[in-house]
Amino acid sequence: MNKVLASAEAAVERIPDGATILMGGFGLCGIPENLIQALHARGTKNLTVISNNAGVDDFGIGILLKARQVTKMISTYVGENKEFERQVLAGQLEVELVPQGTFSERIRAAGAGIGGFFTPTGYGTLVSEGKETRVLDGRPQVLELPLRGDFAFVRAWKGDRVGNLVYRRTARNFNPIMATAAAVTFAEVEHLVAPGQIDPDHVVTPGIFVTHVVQGVRYEKRIERRILREDDPRAGVQRTE
Amino acid sequence: MDIRERIAKRVTRELKDGDYVNLGIGLPTLVASHVPPGIQITLHSENGMLGVGPYPLESEVDPDLINAGKETITETPGCSYFSSADSFAMVRGGHIDLTVLGALQVDEQGNLANWTIPGKMLKGMGGAMDLVAGAKRVIIAMEHTTRDGGHKIVKHCTLPVTGLRVVNMIVTEMAVIDVTDAGLVLREVAADSGVEAVRAATGAELVVPAHVGTFS
Repeated sequence: MNKVLASAEAAVERIPDGATILMGGFGLCGIPENLIQALHARGTKNLTVISNNAGVDDFGIGILLKARQVTKMISTYVGENKEFERQVLAGQLEVELVPQGTFSERIRAAGAGIGGFFTPTGYGTLVSEGKETRVLDGRPQVLELPLRGDFAFVRAWKGDRVGNLVYRRTARNFNPIMATAAAVTFAEVEHLVAPGQIDPDHVVTPGIFVTHVVQGVRYEKRIERRILREDDPRAGVQRTE
Repeated sequence: MDIRERIAKRVTRELKDGDYVNLGIGLPTLVASHVPPGIQITLHSENGMLGVGPYPLESEVDPDLINAGKETITETPGCSYFSSADSFAMVRGGHIDLTVLGALQVDEQGNLANWTIPGKMLKGMGGAMDLVAGAKRVIIAMEHTTRDGGHKIVKHCTLPVTGLRVVNMIVTEMAVIDVTDAGLVLREVAADSGVEAVRAATGAELVVPAHVGTFS
C-alpha cells in the first residue's frame, strides 16, 4: 500500500467547486500550509471551510478568503482577519460560529459514527436557538449534530506511506479529529518516513483515517504573536501583529 | 501597581495547590506571573496542552508551540499535548478546577456576557461557552467599569450571554464579589476604594455583610 501523492497540487485537483473541507490548525499553528496554497493556486470556488479560525489577511485560510474562493466558514473564533469581517458584513460570506468544544466534539462525532449528542455548552445562548434541548443529569443541554467534510486537510509532523501520523507540540490541535471526519483525508507531512520508522505506540492518527499523504515542501510556519520573556536582555516583550 | 496587575494578584489568592487552571486571553493571562510561592498549578490551554510554561527566550521560540491566545510559550517538565477533542473533554467533563475569564457584563444571577456586541464585534466565542459550562469554578477578572465609566456589573445582561448562572466570583480593581443565591455579596474592597464607591460603580444590588475585608 502506498498512499503518497506526488504533490499538494496532485491532491487538490481532486476537489470540485462547492466542496466542504475540514482544515486543521489553531490560529496559524499546525495549518496545512502546502495544501491551502495549492488550493489557492488552483482557484477552486464556492468552498465551505470548517476550521477553528480564518487565518490572517495574507496567510493561511486568509488567502482563500481574499481570492473569494470561500462562500461559507464554520469556525469558533475569527477575530484575527479583517478581510473576513469585511466580507461577512458585506453579505459576501456566510459564517457559522460554534463554541470550540462543541465544534471539536461535532467533528469527533462525525468521525466516530455518532448521530448527535447533548451538551450543556451554549444552553440559553444564541447558540441553542432553534435546537432541541433536554434536561439530563439535572442540567439543561442542547442537541448538537455531527460536522463532516467531503475532504479534510491535516498537517502532521511525521507520516509514513500507509498514513500513520504523529504531530508535534500544539500543532496537533484539531488535526487528529479532522482526519477522521471526511470522505477523503489528505495529510501533508513535514517528514515522510518508511513504515516501521514510527513507533506503533506513538502513532496518534492510525493510517485507516488517511486517504492520501503529501510531503510538504515549504513551511513558513508564521507566528501570530511572538511574545518573549522579559528577562531576555535582547528583546524585552515584543509583539509582531 | 497597575490595576490590571492588582486584579491578577488578587485572583491568585483563590488558587489552591495542585489546581488545573485555564486562563482566558488578556488580563487573566497575567495571573500566571503572580502565583504565590508554595502553590503549584498546572495551566491548561484549550488548543491542546497541559503544563504551559512562561514566554520563551528568543532562542526558545517554536512556531509549533503556542497558547490559546496564539502567543509563543514554552513547556514545563511533565507537560502533555493532546487533541482539541481531548482538551474539551477536560473542560466539559469537569476536570478543570478553575477558569479565569474577562467579561463585558456580569449580572446578579451570575450570567456572563463576554463574546459579542451585536453589530460591533464579530469575533466568535472560541472556548468561552465550554469553559463556563464545564469548569468547576469561574472567576471573572475585569476592570470594574467600562472606559467611560459605564457599569459592567449589571442587574440583567443586555448583551448576548456566554452562559447562564455560571460566574462564582468577580474580581476587579475595586472589589471582590461572590455570586451567591442571595445575590452579589461584597467580600472585599480595595484599600484605595470604599463600599460607597463600589456601590456607585456597580449597576446591580450589592449585599454588604457586617465585615468586608480589604485588599491591595
